Amino acid sequence: MQALLQNLIYGVQLGSLYALIALGYTMVYGVLGLINFAHGDVYMVGAYVGFYACTKWLPFQDISVHPEAAWHNLGMAFITLMLAILLCAALGMLIERFAYRPLRNGLKDLDAHFWGFVIALPLTAKFITIASPFGLISFIGVGIVVGYVMRPLIKHLASRIKLTSSRLNALITAIGVSLLLENGGILLFGANPNFIPNLLPERKFNLPGGISVQSGQMAILAVSLFLMISLRYIVLYTKPGKAMRAISYDIEAAKLMGIDTDRVISFTFAIGAGLAGAGGAMVAAFTHIKITPLFGLQPGLKAFVAAVLGGAGNIPGAVLGGILMGVAEAFVAGSKYVSYRDAIAFCLLILVLLFRPSGLLGKNVVEKV
Amino acid sequence: MIGKSMRFWIVRFLTIVGILLGMFFLSKIITDNLDSYYYQILIQCGIFITLAVSLNLINGITGQFSIGHAGFYAVGAYVGASWTLLWQPRFLHSAPFLQMGTTFGDAINLVIALVLGVLAAAMAGFVVGLPSLRLRGDYLAIVTLGFGEVIRIVVLNIDEVGGARGLSGIPTLVSTGGMAVFWVFLLVIAVVVLSKNLLQSVRGLTWLAVREDEIAADAMGVNTTKVKVTAFVIGSAFAGAAGVLYAHFFTGISPDVFDMNTSIVITTMVVLGGTGSVTGAILAATLLTSLPEMLRFLKDYRMVIYSLSLIIMMLTRPQGLFGTKEIGWKSFHRRRRTSAGGSAAA
Repeated sequence: MQALLQNLIYGVQLGSLYALIALGYTMVYGVLGLINFAHGDVYMVGAYVGFYACTKWLPFQDISVHPEAAWHNLGMAFITLMLAILLCAALGMLIERFAYRPLRNGLKDLDAHFWGFVIALPLTAKFITIASPFGLISFIGVGIVVGYVMRPLIKHLASRIKLTSSRLNALITAIGVSLLLENGGILLFGANPNFIPNLLPERKFNLPGGISVQSGQMAILAVSLFLMISLRYIVLYTKPGKAMRAISYDIEAAKLMGIDTDRVISFTFAIGAGLAGAGGAMVAAFTHIKITPLFGLQPGLKAFVAAVLGGAGNIPGAVLGGILMGVAEAFVAGSKYVSYRDAIAFCLLILVLLFRPSGLLGKNVVEKV
Repeated sequence: MIGKSMRFWIVRFLTIVGILLGMFFLSKIITDNLDSYYYQILIQCGIFITLAVSLNLINGITGQFSIGHAGFYAVGAYVGASWTLLWQPRFLHSAPFLQMGTTFGDAINLVIALVLGVLAAAMAGFVVGLPSLRLRGDYLAIVTLGFGEVIRIVVLNIDEVGGARGLSGIPTLVSTGGMAVFWVFLLVIAVVVLSKNLLQSVRGLTWLAVREDEIAADAMGVNTTKVKVTAFVIGSAFAGAAGVLYAHFFTGISPDVFDMNTSIVITTMVVLGGTGSVTGAILAATLLTSLPEMLRFLKDYRMVIYSLSLIIMMLTRPQGLFGTKEIGWKSFHRRRRTSAGGSAAA
């Protein structure tokens, strides 16, 4: 009984994390019908933002030396969380603008400038150092020049491209972005695992019945819950949220009603990526897990499975699916079949989809000719 | 006098014999002359062509969104390797025709391994094909992906086949007598010919109809259930055969070889080649197998460039390299004929 409850608590905590990532998947899926495979890697970037903020950017103090600095560190942790959310949201918007939007709307002049900067990066990489501003200036200069050179080329290409609404294309692009983030991460952060040292005082609370909870676990749960409630508020009671729901209902009709769909889609990506970034930063800070550029892969996949389990495109469904999967995984991990913990997610999914083909809370849409 | 159908069969028989002999000598020549590094890349290309073209049967021609092909590849590889490494030495080690080490015995054992691997993979394909009756699009995709992962994790937990370490020291049955190119490209020819013939037959039309519009196909009397499950079974059978050849050429397999990334790479090959295009899948498979090798001089930047080129190709050529078109003798011929016809009309 005690082990059961302990596993349940651990499962809910793990599940809240899956739910947080799954929300990003499900919102993007609801709006665009796109499986955003790069979402798990945004989570990884969030963890790295947390890592750099905690160890390099922000003045955290060592609590084993200065125990009185706990409040100071807590404030810093809050800033870290905000930083992770903001940077990941920006990353999400960037990905949407330059990788997914051209699939829908074709290549524009702005794309030429973006690719100009991408080309400029390897050309000026050896000059870019922290010591002198010359590298940065040369990078920006070369980027602008190459961008203007690319403009006619992109224009020519854009006139020849036949846009398709194929989901496979979007999927492969998403996979490309995911690979780019992983391998760019290896280049930028190094392939060696990093972890965040203990920065906040850890307490263990003993509850009646012989079960215990860690303060870090509780913090993850509380922040996740807060973020989910805020999301629910945004989606249900604000104008962008209303526009999001309109787009997921019928994108063409939403366009006709005067909704700037591209902006709302960008906003959706920002929110989803921000949630994933917050999750990544919290996991890195509170569980001291070893982070590598590839560590977003498994949680990302499981969160996606959670989103599908709950009904892709359905926000409460994503939370339900995430919690369900976290609990299932915790129980398997606590039993003697611990080596099957990564398989349980998929077994659960296959089982549920066989009986409810559009997920637990998804509407079963009857297809018409 | 020889009847028309008789002549057809004679021509077909002679073609097959000709291909076999040609492959046999080509294999000898390539093995003797090619550097071992390029030789391995060549074999790898052949295996991935088989995988891409067989996935194209499911994804491209029948339109079932399957992204877990590495699972069937793994089933074939493990079952085939289990035969040569575990079952044959344990149960049939003194059987007269099954001694490994001679050219004939190796070939027999390889064929048996192939048959077992293909059967097992086809069975797995049948099991995965069944949910495809109820699931559509992205839901099917995630189930197939999940199935591939489940297979990998199950293999990871079977100590008999080495768990996470995998199996090593598998006899190189494929390479015996310099026949690796022969076996691998025989498989390639088989899957390509099957796809081509399918696309030109009435049966193939029903498969295409399922891709274009399942409900309309159903209404026109196409047995969509049968088409979908058949596509899965045949596609995964070929993936299984590719797995057997992989195991018996590279001598070592581990669950890492068959992870999600492999599935994704195979799917990418199909999309990049142009969904439904057999020649496109062949070209994309060759390109994506050799591209990482060609980019080796870039060192750390290699995979970054690789992923960027993936994105750029999708943005600038959304329909894939060939779209749904095929290239070959016939398309050149047809183009010439239509242009000739056009000029005559003008």
